[in-house]
Amino acid sequence: MIQFLLNRELRSEQTLDPNTTVLQYLREHRGKTGTKEGCASGDCGACTVVVGELVGDRLRYRTLNSCLTFVCALHGKQLITVEDLKHQGQLHSVQQAMVDCHGSQCGFCTPGFVMSLFALQKNRGDGVQTYDPHQTHEALAGNLCRCTGYRPILEAAEQACCAKQPDQFDAREAGTIAQLQRIAPRETAELSDGEKRSLSPLTVADLAELYAANPQARLLAGGTDLALEVTQFHRELPVMIHVGQITEMKQVQITDRHIEIGAAAPLTDCYAALAAEYPDFGDLLQRFASLQIRNQGTLGGNIGNASPIGDAPPLLIALGAEVVLRKGDVSRTLPLEDYFLDYKVTARQPGEFIEQIIVPRATPDRLFRAYKVSKRLDDDISAVCAAFDLKITDGMIADARVAFGGMAAIPKRAAACEATLNGAPWNQQTVEAACEALAEDFTPLTDLRASREYRLLVAQNLLRKCFLEQHAPKTETRVTAYV
Amino acid sequence: MSNHVTTRTQEEIAALFTEDLITGVGKSVKHDSAPKHVSGEAVYVDDRLEFPNQLHIYARMSDRAHARIARIDTAPCYEVPGVAIAITAQDVPGQLDIGAVLPGDPLLADGKVEYIGQPVIAVAADSLETARKAAMAAIIEYEDLEPVLDVVDALHKKHFVLDSHTHKRGDSATALASAPRRLQGSLHIGGQEHFYLETQVSSVMPTEDGGMIVYTSTQNPTEVQKLVAEVLGVSMNKIVIDMRRMGGGFGGKETQAAGPACMCAVIAHLTGRPTKMRLPRMEDMTMTGKRHPFYVEYDVGFDDDGLLHGIEIDLAGNCGYSPDLSGSIVDRAMFHSDNAYYLGDATINGHRCKTNLASNTAYRGFGGPQGMVAIEEIMDAVARELGKDPLEVRKRNYYGKTERNVTHYYQTVEHNMLEEMTAELEASSEYAKRREEISAFNAANPILKKGLALTPVKFGISFTASFLNQGGALVHVYTDGSIHLNHGGTEMGQGLNTKVAQVVAEVFQVDIERIQITATNTDKVPNTSPTAASSGTDLNGKAAQNAAQTIKQRLVEFAARKWQIFEEDIEFKNGQVRLRDQYISFDELIQQAYFGQVSLSSTGFYRTPKIYYDRSQARGRPFYYFAYGAACSEVIVDTLTGEYKMLRSDILHDVGASLNPAIDIGQVEGGFVQGLGWLTMEELVWNDKGKLMTNGPASYKIPAVADMPLDLRVKLVENRKNPEDTVFHSKAVGEPPFMLGISVWCAIKDAVASLADYRAQPQIDAPATPERVLWGVEQMRKLKQAASKPAATQTTPA
Repeated sequence: MIQFLLNRELRSEQTLDPNTTVLQYLREHRGKTGTKEGCASGDCGACTVVVGELVGDRLRYRTLNSCLTFVCALHGKQLITVEDLKHQGQLHSVQQAMVDCHGSQCGFCTPGFVMSLFALQKNRGDGVQTYDPHQTHEALAGNLCRCTGYRPILEAAEQACCAKQPDQFDAREAGTIAQLQRIAPRETAELSDGEKRSLSPLTVADLAELYAANPQARLLAGGTDLALEVTQFHRELPVMIHVGQITEMKQVQITDRHIEIGAAAPLTDCYAALAAEYPDFGDLLQRFASLQIRNQGTLGGNIGNASPIGDAPPLLIALGAEVVLRKGDVSRTLPLEDYFLDYKVTARQPGEFIEQIIVPRATPDRLFRAYKVSKRLDDDISAVCAAFDLKITDGMIADARVAFGGMAAIPKRAAACEATLNGAPWNQQTVEAACEALAEDFTPLTDLRASREYRLLVAQNLLRKCFLEQHAPKTETRVTAYV
Repeated sequence: MSNHVTTRTQEEIAALFTEDLITGVGKSVKHDSAPKHVSGEAVYVDDRLEFPNQLHIYARMSDRAHARIARIDTAPCYEVPGVAIAITAQDVPGQLDIGAVLPGDPLLADGKVEYIGQPVIAVAADSLETARKAAMAAIIEYEDLEPVLDVVDALHKKHFVLDSHTHKRGDSATALASAPRRLQGSLHIGGQEHFYLETQVSSVMPTEDGGMIVYTSTQNPTEVQKLVAEVLGVSMNKIVIDMRRMGGGFGGKETQAAGPACMCAVIAHLTGRPTKMRLPRMEDMTMTGKRHPFYVEYDVGFDDDGLLHGIEIDLAGNCGYSPDLSGSIVDRAMFHSDNAYYLGDATINGHRCKTNLASNTAYRGFGGPQGMVAIEEIMDAVARELGKDPLEVRKRNYYGKTERNVTHYYQTVEHNMLEEMTAELEASSEYAKRREEISAFNAANPILKKGLALTPVKFGISFTASFLNQGGALVHVYTDGSIHLNHGGTEMGQGLNTKVAQVVAEVFQVDIERIQITATNTDKVPNTSPTAASSGTDLNGKAAQNAAQTIKQRLVEFAARKWQIFEEDIEFKNGQVRLRDQYISFDELIQQAYFGQVSLSSTGFYRTPKIYYDRSQARGRPFYYFAYGAACSEVIVDTLTGEYKMLRSDILHDVGASLNPAIDIGQVEGGFVQGLGWLTMEELVWNDKGKLMTNGPASYKIPAVADMPLDLRVKLVENRKNPEDTVFHSKAVGEPPFMLGISVWCAIKDAVASLADYRAQPQIDAPATPERVLWGVEQMRKLKQAASKPAATQTTPA
């Protein structure tokens, strides 16, 4: 059984099909049609809802795409939808701001925007006087509007943030916290309609045991990729083991030499540690899908699904990150570059799962740069993703780690390029030779995102850019710096 | 009946009478549905309470671009529990073809398929997922035929859906031959997915007498009514279409909404059960038509000042497999291949190429944008050839006011505002100063380059098919003074209902709160034109004004009789009525009129005056008037990756006397961003089998919040009423601003051209994806290198 709050109402669901998404649950099971389906693939944001959960003894509100969230992920949480914002016949301040600023035209994307704005407002610190448009951009990058061109919505965001007033959710906070504490998961939850089932263990040990016993099960973390198998490819997932309730696997810890990231930590929670250590990693994470996706999607999932175009793996490989794999009681640690074997094939054994990702901390002698190139700057899949981690001593390249996404069937190091760089002086001539070598390393594909020729030239140009940024740091090189 | 009207003293009413309406014409009234949009209470077709026993329909699409259907076996569909019926073309009781203007679009494929995505069978079941699963279980066997997938290939083979057509003025061949300078070139212009957030959807309930009530998301209720009647083989009066709102249309629901509606009706007819068909996004993008991609070839003759002497342009629209609206769409591309410019002796050929793709259809601008992109490319090319600022060349070629003011289709361009508007925008955007700043920036920055462009828009308003320029409305005033408003237009987010309500409010001098806007419904206002061609307000606003004025005139005549005063002594203002020297409220007058047995309901009608067009001669006045605009955009381009960012856009746009400035600005901004999306990141990619690969928002990227210019300054032209007698002298605003986005495309090319000192035009087809931009960069770098080589190297014999 899973239990959650549908705004204030306690719902206990036992026999739901676990392949049901929150969007389907709302529209088809509960008749709440305010939340819209625009794409059922997590790319348009029309289905955005807010989920409240306990973090310690506080409530935290985050947006997510209800079309990509299976109902089991609601277990122990509060689901807030657009219908819940109006209170005693009055529009909520974010709704009123959208009306005042003419922020809706056809209105179909509007509920999603309203929920993103609601979470933006909620996450604004109390007593904050200044308004940060950058945060608004981040909050809204996953909501598409085809009518307005966004200007009035940005205006509404500013009004909503600056006019933040205590609302009914604040008034009820203590009660909501108490309700959530009462339904806090205490044991592995199961949801089953008799045919399909989902299991939500609470500890790594339980996960290990369950997965060993059900090696055919699909691991569900954020579900932002797995759910597509149901909503886009119309497959059934008979058994899912949901790792999102395992607190141990959601930790991000910084030790003297490493950042240790639990495989089930949402990308949003990885941001601070990675951005502080590697600013380019932070920049990339801000363009990694959308906030809704980052609130759900995990680093473990981004590695686990073994996509050739996942954005984190090239960076992690360049940084020499390792994955901790576990099966039953047995753990092993593997360099991430050895994890990816072939297109969608990994070193993960049946019943084995990713427990942790270990990222070395930055050292002053290393230069790290990462770049993402895509058709659209925000929420787009990379044509090329490049990462360079170079140890430069006295103008010589002592150690080069160069990795790319989008250039091969797996995220991959550029061996010939690295060989050219290693031991060579860090100068234009070396860079040009290393660019030549990239053509040996990769034979990229032509697809809907880019041609092979473009991919190769861009890969080479990104190395040139990396060199230029280090040699002529005052030269402007990034259009993304214009915000 | 009882009389509960609040009584006010004469002084109180007189005081109210002196005040203006808060929500009349010209006020920034909020979209009438806004509070419902933001609370999730606005009901779209898929949100309606489902009927008991309702069936969900899924259409299985062809996976071949061109094939004969050898065999269909639907028996396996019935093995899936929950399936009610599986149908093929043979099961359609009436006419199979649902082509909008011309035949060519079978509801279900009949013997052959002509594109990947064409519906072949339809299955109805108790859920959409069950229907889909069952549909995929059917056995369909094909014998492949050779497809035509490339527009240039189709053009060369003269593989057309309709005959080619020519606009001709003077002798372009001679003008070209004698012009001091001459340039030839070609350009591909990409199509565009509408990406309305709400996909195509219809829900149908069978009624008695073999009729149907159809709830559908369509811009064209009357056409859906006609086609539903035809596929069922019943008369139109059996069918009712109800359309409250669309979650976006943009032209994509002008003809393309009919398919799901007809499919629902056929299955409702066959099963006697209510039906619903909603296309999942991937099916919607695969099955339905888009903006036409175009291939353009041009030959232009000009002098050293950049003045055009003659021009020949071939515009080849990629129509997909059937005519749909391509006749008018390519015509409109031809009509707009002058944009704002006097072309000299001109020959404009329009071709309608047939390819094995979804049938391309109406999309905001209706071909106009493609014609305008062509001429703007030519303006840039001429400027680069002469080493002039493109803006100088553009201004040089603007239509004159008294001479050089006749288009290549012989319509005189009247009331041309572009010279003044360009001057104003040049000043307000500080074009000259920023041009210098950009030169300095580009000289100092090796990697990032900035570009700037100011481009005009002149867009003809009226349906190209003249008979469509008519509108209807129905207004009731109830005895409590509340007003029911219905008209033939459809609300897709553009604020049409709000504007029309403002018009009625203004006529009656009452506030909009008392006007109930209702769903567009074919049994209230019949024989409507589609809400398209930017015409919604012009036609339906005028019709509603006409209906309201009819009732108002009856009220005036009644009051004059009852109170024994002259009609001129009766005045309506702010909910009150002055009867010579006494005042009563509007409500009171209505009550009295009811007791006086006055009809308080009226239809209204309007047809656009002055327009005519003889297509056989390619001459006439197809447009009642022109709407004008201009945009100045600045971008920054990364010459290592081709990525770019929009930095600033200044827009000045002409809406005549605005009915609602906030809604008009919303259309201007939204149109502009949609236009820049079309020309930058929105790329449709098909594979070599003709399958659309960009079939969802993961692969097809429309502008997101970060893609709007960092600094966007939009202004409406002030104090310029439409000189024509349009509704309160406003101008249409739906489509014209879309083409302001061309400024961004030109600015990107400007940034790239800087790499070769602005002396060559980079070949950057639309959309200017980062990849195309980078190839443009490479082209410029090679030219620059070639130019900087010593002369000796250049003259080395080959």
